[in-house]
Amino acid sequence: MELHDVWFVLIAVLWTGYFFLEGFDFGIGVLTKLLARDRTERRVLINTIGPVWDGNEVWLLSAGGATFAAFPEWYATLFSGFYLPLLVILICLIVRGVAFEYRAKRPEVRWQTNWEHAIFWTSLIPAVLWGVAFGNIVRGVKIDADMEYVGSLTDLLNPYALLGGLVTLFLFTFHGTVFAALKTVGDIRQRARRLALKTGPVTAVLALAFLILTQADHGDGWSLLALVVAAVSLVAAIGAIARGREGWSFALSGLTIAAAVAMLFLTLFPNVMPSSLNDAWNLTVTNASSSPYTLKIMTWCAGVATPVVLLYQGWTYWVFRKRIGTQHIADAHPTH
Amino acid sequence: MNLALAPETLARWQFGITTVYHFLFVPLTISLAALTAGLQTAWVRTDNEKYLRATKFWGKLFLINIAMGVVTGIVQEFQFGMNWSDYSRFVGDVFGAPLAFEALIAFFFESTFVGLWIFGWDKLPKKIHLACIWMVSLGTVLSTFFILAANSWMQHPVGYRINEERGRAELTDFWHVLTQNTALAQFFHTITAAFLVGGAFMVGIAAFHLARKKHIPVMRTSLRLGLVTVVVAGLLTAVSGDVLGKVMFKQQPMKMAAAEALWEGEHGAPFSLFAVGDVAEGHNTVEISVPGVLSFLADDSFTSYVPGINDINKAEQEKYGPGDYRPNIPVAFWSFRWMIGFGMASLMLGLLGLWLTRKRFMVPQALRTGEDEVPHLVLFGNKVLSPKLTKLYWITALWTMLFPLIANSWGWIFTEMGRQPWVVYGVFQTRDAVSPGVSQGEVITSMIVFTALYAVLAVIEVRLLLKYVKAGPPELTEDDLNPPTRIGGHDQDADRPMAFSY
Repeated sequence: MELHDVWFVLIAVLWTGYFFLEGFDFGIGVLTKLLARDRTERRVLINTIGPVWDGNEVWLLSAGGATFAAFPEWYATLFSGFYLPLLVILICLIVRGVAFEYRAKRPEVRWQTNWEHAIFWTSLIPAVLWGVAFGNIVRGVKIDADMEYVGSLTDLLNPYALLGGLVTLFLFTFHGTVFAALKTVGDIRQRARRLALKTGPVTAVLALAFLILTQADHGDGWSLLALVVAAVSLVAAIGAIARGREGWSFALSGLTIAAAVAMLFLTLFPNVMPSSLNDAWNLTVTNASSSPYTLKIMTWCAGVATPVVLLYQGWTYWVFRKRIGTQHIADAHPTH
Repeated sequence: MNLALAPETLARWQFGITTVYHFLFVPLTISLAALTAGLQTAWVRTDNEKYLRATKFWGKLFLINIAMGVVTGIVQEFQFGMNWSDYSRFVGDVFGAPLAFEALIAFFFESTFVGLWIFGWDKLPKKIHLACIWMVSLGTVLSTFFILAANSWMQHPVGYRINEERGRAELTDFWHVLTQNTALAQFFHTITAAFLVGGAFMVGIAAFHLARKKHIPVMRTSLRLGLVTVVVAGLLTAVSGDVLGKVMFKQQPMKMAAAEALWEGEHGAPFSLFAVGDVAEGHNTVEISVPGVLSFLADDSFTSYVPGINDINKAEQEKYGPGDYRPNIPVAFWSFRWMIGFGMASLMLGLLGLWLTRKRFMVPQALRTGEDEVPHLVLFGNKVLSPKLTKLYWITALWTMLFPLIANSWGWIFTEMGRQPWVVYGVFQTRDAVSPGVSQGEVITSMIVFTALYAVLAVIEVRLLLKYVKAGPPELTEDDLNPPTRIGGHDQDADRPMAFSY
């Protein structure tokens, strides 16, 4: 295995980390309208991710930065090619971060309600758009001989990619619902369990359809294995939540996300961004990657940093391991 | 194509707007993180409640500010690929590595520990909670270092070779990229300038409360801490600026000449105080200057030769082929002056304030004040500033608290625009760096969207800051004074509300 192959795997790992972690953050955002019945319940949900969402989002910055360093051509083609969708994602992530931090900093109802609307929409929209983006990457987009994206915005909104967007939205929402059941206490926990049972099967049908389509077009034996793992773990996650095993269900819905990301990357390899115009114009791990020297330095950095990050991020989850209920939300407007 | 709407021009405007905006939050975040950590350390060590109240007060302002810094920073990492894809292709092998290091090492640190700090008051023992804010501070400093190493490579590329076949720069010596003198000097200068921002911010707000005789114990402490920070950071900013200037003179002589609007080279070159130039003709029409000073700034000698804009332009034409290698001279000239002017003005006010509020040195017993008294502003001996002048000092401190921030912005505008037309000096020009596939309409759209959104967020943020500044330090609660002794929080009362919740 050459270093650019290692980095292909590492980029996949970073995206897996991102979708696993910010996946349930996005899901929680969607649940603020889907599950919460009043402001206190919305605050319960938001506070389940309060201490961690920011750290979770850094997985995206790491995936972006690592792609820039390890596969500059991929980074350049992807980010300039998907210009407007990325603009929308950026706007959402900006507003979302501010919304979490500022929502409770004023007592006015209108102020809080506006930020709550913002949290819902800025969680829902990126949850869809990441699926659309990855659907397009796997499907192949119009890339010319100079590695430039020459398609239009409407080219990106094809049925396959849109299905991908629906899948990520449902998968993240399901993942978030299970997370809510795992992290809350009281009535909202029971309703989260029931909601997971309702959205779970829809998620399974959509995800399976998308993954089978992907397998049919681009798959091989390994991707089929990943598909099976994704499908089995998703069904098992639904089964676990039905029996009230929230921890298991969450681990399994996380495994579903990891297996689905693995499957998409397996179908890509050795391409990183195939061209739909000409196979010779595909961006591959070879023609898009950095020099061996840079990759070696990056490998050292990631090899040392990533385990340490996992350790202290894991520790954070342990510190905030207690469940939250409406009784834990102080009524008073926090002025300090 | 109309030059004003050329893709390069639009992309540069967007980069300028989003970056200058982002950097309004960065220096304040860097300095407030460390200052808040310092105050919390004082609380943990002394158990004096005023330090905890100060920690909570400044910590709140820090959090309002870092939220904006973090979210506007995401744009920074994405827009190299979005708007500067040919730049990304050309430099990714070199420039991407420090960016990835920044994310993997610094951003994770900052973001994870800031979450622990915000929500950890009732979950973590005192000392571990304190360690979290220091980790955040360490994260901000590491982040500064990596991003400045990347930027320094654009100012002075080292440790790379050009791969003709791939048409790109490739890294050959990462250590050299991280430790070249440009990177170290820029880091030194940027960090000290950041502390000047935080110090002046603290002084201004403390002055606001002291003028109204409110929250005196906390604000007295904050005033002194702020003043010491302003003076120490201000002096070090001047020293590091001098070091950086000399590095720049050797590595980017054009930028130095442009900063001085020095058209023709000369021995004992003057430092220009004011100039109106004629760019097309290549000379100044009006100029007031101090002889010899520029030579001294650039090379430690009043008589050294400093090459002029016209000389360097000619030399670069011979080296790199036909073209105009001059940056925008009026922008370089004035931004350099505004950077120095605003920064030095703050240092002077800080020095004055530190002297006036001194506690014991040459202050008669009768004029020394207690913990809960507004300090007298003592000029000499028994001479105290009149109430009118005292008020004037407080008001001046308040209204000049953003001077260092203005200086920071102009410093960046100077260093980036002074490098033009190069994006990587001597290697790659800005006009070759833009994304060829991104249309004019797309860039106009994103520029309008970012500008509008940033404007709205600025209004929201400033109003929120004002609200919390006016509210002053919070009263402490039982919970504040009885932090948990074990990780995860107290066990006794499972239904106790969280100390902090969103």
